[in-house]
Amino acid sequence: MAGEIPHYVNPAPFDPAAGETMSAREERYYRASSLRLIWWKFRTHRLALLALVLLGTLYVTLPFVEVIAPYGLQSRHGDHIYAPPQRVHLFHDGDFVGPFVYAYRFEFDREKFQRRYVSDESTPQPLRFFCRGEPYRLWGLFDADFHLLCPPSGGTAFLLGTDRLGRDMLSRITYGARISLTVGLVGIAISFALGLTLGGLAGYLGGSVDYLVQRVIEILRSLPELPLWLALSAALPAHWSPILVFFGITLILGLLDWPGLALAVRAKLLSLRAEDYVRAAELIGASRRRIIARHLIPNFMSHLIASATLSIPAMILGETALSFLGLGLRPPVTSWGVLLNEAQNLAAVTLYPWLLVPMIPVMATVLAFNFLGDGLRDAADPYS
Amino acid sequence: MTRYFLRRFATMAVTLLAISVLIFVVIKLPPGDFLTMRIQELMAEGDSAAAAKADFLRRAYGLDLPGWQQYLSWIGLWPRAGAYSGLLQGNFGWSFEYDLPVIDVVGDALGATLIVNLAALVFIHLLAIPLAVFTAVRRRGIVAEAITFLAYLGLATPSFLLALILLFYLNRWFGISIGGLVDPDLADAPFSLEKLGSITVHLIVPIVVIALASTAAMIRRMKANLLDELHKPYAVTARAKGLGPTRALLKYPFRMVLNPFVADIGNMLPGLISGSVLVSLVLSLPTVGPILVQALRMQDQYLAGFILLFVAVLTVVGMLIADLVLALIDPRIRFGK
Repeated sequence: MAGEIPHYVNPAPFDPAAGETMSAREERYYRASSLRLIWWKFRTHRLALLALVLLGTLYVTLPFVEVIAPYGLQSRHGDHIYAPPQRVHLFHDGDFVGPFVYAYRFEFDREKFQRRYVSDESTPQPLRFFCRGEPYRLWGLFDADFHLLCPPSGGTAFLLGTDRLGRDMLSRITYGARISLTVGLVGIAISFALGLTLGGLAGYLGGSVDYLVQRVIEILRSLPELPLWLALSAALPAHWSPILVFFGITLILGLLDWPGLALAVRAKLLSLRAEDYVRAAELIGASRRRIIARHLIPNFMSHLIASATLSIPAMILGETALSFLGLGLRPPVTSWGVLLNEAQNLAAVTLYPWLLVPMIPVMATVLAFNFLGDGLRDAADPYS
Repeated sequence: MTRYFLRRFATMAVTLLAISVLIFVVIKLPPGDFLTMRIQELMAEGDSAAAAKADFLRRAYGLDLPGWQQYLSWIGLWPRAGAYSGLLQGNFGWSFEYDLPVIDVVGDALGATLIVNLAALVFIHLLAIPLAVFTAVRRRGIVAEAITFLAYLGLATPSFLLALILLFYLNRWFGISIGGLVDPDLADAPFSLEKLGSITVHLIVPIVVIALASTAAMIRRMKANLLDELHKPYAVTARAKGLGPTRALLKYPFRMVLNPFVADIGNMLPGLISGSVLVSLVLSLPTVGPILVQALRMQDQYLAGFILLFVAVLTVVGMLIADLVLALIDPRIRFGK
């Protein structure tokens, strides 16, 4: 007989729950709501976060464009027609002055028949900040004249140049943001409502409704959008007020965009219908409406929002393209597309390239929405 | 296969019919028509002979009939004796603005539209397939990263803005004008090698611009699909049994991704054609785009209707071809579920 096998007994008291305790970190994860999980996942996507900040800032400033723009939307400067952008300088003759511009002296080139603006570098004209400038009416309620940035007293500040009527491009772009950025939101709201309703009906009722909706979707998806947009916007009555035209255009953009969303809703409804928790809800006796509203829709809402975000750029671009062609919004409504309409011919593009500047905010917004949409789509399903 | 083809063909016919109704409704949406306005104009000028001619046209083309009768006679399902016979009879209608048959107005533009879109389609494939395969295989390399980034940028750059930028810079740097489809000096010259060369040079910029977004989208999708396939057991098996890297790639995973890729062509077409219409306007290419916009502005209904229908036919037929190719390369579709 060999010696007894050493027998080890842990003297510590036995805790039956020991295997189930989690670190604080794990616990935080398991207790987080799904919204919070989406946010955590979204946060890791740096570009999307940046895009969110950018777009958030843009949208927050929309109600205050009057304050931000140095000039009014329609203020004309007859002596500064097609003036190139004025450069902002910091140093005059080697001395620090702060941000200032040089005044323009206008000359007419009799050989080339062109306007020429020459900087008068004798006196610096400091820009003014948080100042009183051109009066405006905010939200149709208050009269005010406070601006973030004003031209120097007695001088001008056309930081992005002027157009054919001597209107400041920077101010017009700032005002244009209001229209261009809301077109996408209103359009997507229309498309979202249509897509959710029709896709929901198709997936929920099935049968002939489903068949009908699918055929309509097929037809709409096989049509090139732009010619159809063109035809529809050409059909807007010419006597409509600019505001009505705005809503007409957003309606047109939304009307042709819903098929993609409807297909997604339908597919999701069909696949989720077979899930256990839906069966459980059915057995408990929940009505079909309750099942859809309480159990199904919240489940794929995040996906829908992500794909809706991804189709906003198409709407912004659609409006820009239509207005650019002169079939969309019309002056005095000012959007980035309306501004680009002036840059349509080769002469404008070669002689006055600053008329192309509205392109930059268009592309930045589109890019930002794309990044944001990508980030949202990746984060939409935090449990995967 | 024949059954599949016939069924697919019947669906296409029904789709086209529905599209034609939609198009007709859309072009008839604005109140009034071109001839009524023209007649009023001519009457105001006191030119009663021309007004009478316009009134004759109005009657001959049935613009005084109710909408549904106009539609039926437009597509040619309801030919009336001594009057306009309709699309199915091969009569594409009359352009009131140009005072010419529609087919004479758009004849050359149809060919140009087809050439531009086909060339763009070929360009997309020649560029997207190798780039997608390359970025999927050499995923970490700096070149692949650059391509991926460019694809992202290409996806977000609106085509008509890109066309404007190119218009600006090519003119400023090289002094060349990239508008039009052929050199102005050669426009009326008989067809020659020189003319063909000029057309090719003029096609490069528009095609790159039109194809960019679709190419970028295709690279991204195809790369994602290929990355999924590369790590599946069958691909590992192929490498494990000693196939060379190229063969192991092309024989199995590549064939798998070709499938969704062909299906994609159909989805890509509407966007491609939309883009070509817009880019044609900016670069003044002689495609149907500029004629369409003008016709829509003037309510020249048969001209606008015909172009819209032509563009739709182009898309739908393209989708049909994509589906047939898909059926050819994928037996699962050919033999049906």
